[in-house]
Amino acid sequence: MAEISSATMTVAGETRPLRLAFPAGFRCGTPVLLVLLLGFLAPLLTVAAYAFAMPRSFDAFSSFTLANFATIFNPANTVWTSFAWSLFLAAMTVVLLAVICYPIAYGLTRVFGKWAGLISALFVFPLFVSENVRLYGWVLFFIKNGVLDGTLKWLGLAGGPEVLYTPGIVLFGMVYTYLPFMLFPMTLGLAMVPRDLVDAAADFGAGRFMIWREIELPLAMPGILIGALLTFVIAAGAVAEGQILGGQTIITVTQDIEIAFTYAQNWPLGSALAVLLMAIVSGLSVFVMSKLDLDRILGRR
Amino acid sequence: MNLVRVETPPQETGGATLAVLQLVGVRKTFGSFTAVEDINLDIYNGEFLTVVGPSGSGKTTLLRMLAGMERPTAGNITLRGTLINDVPSNKRPTCLVFQSLALFPHKTVGENIEFPLKVKKVPRAERKQRALELIRLMRLPESYYRKNVMICSGGEQQRVALARALAYDPDILFFDEPLSALDYKLKKAMEKELKDLHRATGKTFVYITHSLEEAMVMSDRIAVMRAGRFVQVGTPDEIYSRPANRFVAEFIGDVNVFGVKKNANGGWVSDEDGSRIEITLPPALAGASEAAVVVRPEFLRFIDERSQANNAIEGTVYNEYALGSRIQYEVRSGNRTLVVELSRANAWTGGLDQQVIVGWDARDAIVVEG
Repeated sequence: MAEISSATMTVAGETRPLRLAFPAGFRCGTPVLLVLLLGFLAPLLTVAAYAFAMPRSFDAFSSFTLANFATIFNPANTVWTSFAWSLFLAAMTVVLLAVICYPIAYGLTRVFGKWAGLISALFVFPLFVSENVRLYGWVLFFIKNGVLDGTLKWLGLAGGPEVLYTPGIVLFGMVYTYLPFMLFPMTLGLAMVPRDLVDAAADFGAGRFMIWREIELPLAMPGILIGALLTFVIAAGAVAEGQILGGQTIITVTQDIEIAFTYAQNWPLGSALAVLLMAIVSGLSVFVMSKLDLDRILGRR
Repeated sequence: MNLVRVETPPQETGGATLAVLQLVGVRKTFGSFTAVEDINLDIYNGEFLTVVGPSGSGKTTLLRMLAGMERPTAGNITLRGTLINDVPSNKRPTCLVFQSLALFPHKTVGENIEFPLKVKKVPRAERKQRALELIRLMRLPESYYRKNVMICSGGEQQRVALARALAYDPDILFFDEPLSALDYKLKKAMEKELKDLHRATGKTFVYITHSLEEAMVMSDRIAVMRAGRFVQVGTPDEIYSRPANRFVAEFIGDVNVFGVKKNANGGWVSDEDGSRIEITLPPALAGASEAAVVVRPEFLRFIDERSQANNAIEGTVYNEYALGSRIQYEVRSGNRTLVVELSRANAWTGGLDQQVIVGWDARDAIVVEG
C-alpha cells in the first residue's frame, strides 16, 4: 500500500499513507473548508477583534477594551434609536409580508394552476435589477412632479400625496424589496400540505376557516417561519430603503455601521455595532429554529 | 354486449331491503375523457358493498362522487330519497377513508380521532371519552391517546383512521383501498377486522379495491367495474361461480379460459392458440355460436385415459407451485398454458416435463360471453 501512495506522513514513528490519516470525505471537503475559513470565518473574527479594540484606533488583536460597547449603551448616546428603527422596521416588514404573501402563496399552490410558473417568474423578475435602481425608480414615481404627482396634476387633480422621505415609505420599500424572500418559502410550505388532508378535514364537516386553522396553517408553518426568519434577517440589515426612499429621516443601524467605517473612521465602534446586531439577529434565529421542529411535522419522530 | 347481471339483493337481517344510496345513470367526464359511464346501483342499508376493478376503471372517481368530492356530469345520486349531486362533502353524512389514510401528521392519535367531534363542537371532556372508547374498540392501548400518529405502525394507523371515521358517526363509510399499502399478512388480518367492524357497527360500508380476492373476503355484494362501467354486480358467490363474462372470470385470478366456436357438425371447438381441440359443453348452451369456456384450476385433474373425463388435453408439466394446502401445476400444451390445482393430499408425483393428460367434466365448465 505504501508503495502505491506517494504522499505519506509519519505518525508516532511509523509511516502511514496520508489517505488513511484523513478520510476521503475530509480530503474532498478541504477546498470548501479553506474558502470558508478564509472568506467567512477570518473576516468575522477580525470584526469581532475590532469590536474590542481601542476606539478610533486600528489596534485589532493588540488591545482589549469594552469602551465601544460602553459608547453604544451610554444613554446619552442616541445610537439605540438606529437599533430600534432597524428591528422595528424589520418586524413590521415580516408582519406585513406574512399577510400579503399568504394569499399569493395560496394562489400559486392551489388556484393559478398552469399560470403559477409565469406568475412566480414575474415575482422573481425584479431581483434581476439592482435594488438601488429599483428604489430610485420608486423615488421618481413618488417625487414632486414625478410619475404619480405629475400624472394626477395633468389630469387636473390636486396632485399626489407627499409620502417620500417618511418612515412609512421606508417600510413600503422594504416590503417591496423583500417580498420574494417571504413568498417563496411560504409557497413551498403551503405546497407541502397534502391535498388529501384538506379533503379529509372537509369530509368531516370542517368549514374553510377551521381547515385553515387546524390543517393548512400548522402544516405550512415550517415554510412560513423560514420565510419570516429570512425576511427578518435581511430586513434588519437593510440600508438602501432608509437612504434612498427615507432620505435619512431615519437612520438604520446598518447606516450607522457604514458611517462608523467611512466618514467617522471609527472601525472599532462600527465593529461593535455589527457584533451587537449579529448577536441579536442570530439569537433570534436560533430561538425560532428551536421552535421549528421539522422532524415532528414531517413525522420522523 | 354490455349485459350487466344484477342478481339477488343481499339478505336482510330484518324488515324490508332499503336502498340508502341510489345511483341512476351516473356519468363523469373530464374533458373528452369519460371516467364513469351509465352507473345504476342501489346500495342497501347496512351492506358491505365492494367496487372492484383494475387501475383506471373509474372506481375511485365513482367513490369521490359518492363522497361529494366530485360532481357527476350526468345522472342522479340520491341519499335516502334526497338528491345530493351538488351537496359538498362537508355537508354529507358520509365519510371517506382515504388510500393515504389522510391522518393529520401534526396531531396525536387522540386529536386525530377527536377532529370530527371538534368540528361538531362537542365539549372537550366528552370528546376525550369518545376517543378513548374508539381507541379501545380498535384494540389499541389507551396510552396511544397522546401518541404522535406518525410513529404508529401501518396497522395502527389503519385503526386510527377507522376510529376517526367512526367518530364522525357517518351513515355510510367509504373506503378507497386503505389496505393497499400493508404487507400481506397484516392486510389479511385487517380485512377480517374490517368485516367484524362492519358487523359490530351495522353501518353501510362501500369499499373500493383492485383486488377481487380482498373483495371476496369482506363483501356482501361486489360490483365489478371495467372502463367506467359495471360489468357485473352480485354476491361473492355469484361472481365466483357465475361470472358474467371472460373479463370477470379472468379477474378472479388463475383460470383456464377457452374461446370456443360452433363447428359444422354442431360440436364446439377451441382453436384460438393454434391447437385445435374439441370441447364438450354443458347442453344448456346449444343456442350460441361463439362463447368462452371458463374452467377453474381446481376442476382440472390429471387422468390416465382420455375417456375418464368429458374433455381432455395432452400436455407436459412445466412447473409446480406450492400454494399451502394446494399445489398448482402449469401444464403446457402447444401454445396453450393450463393451470391445474390439486390438494396437497392428491399431489402429482410424476415430476416435471412428463407427458400428461389433463381432463375436466362439462358440468364444471362455466360458459360466458366471449
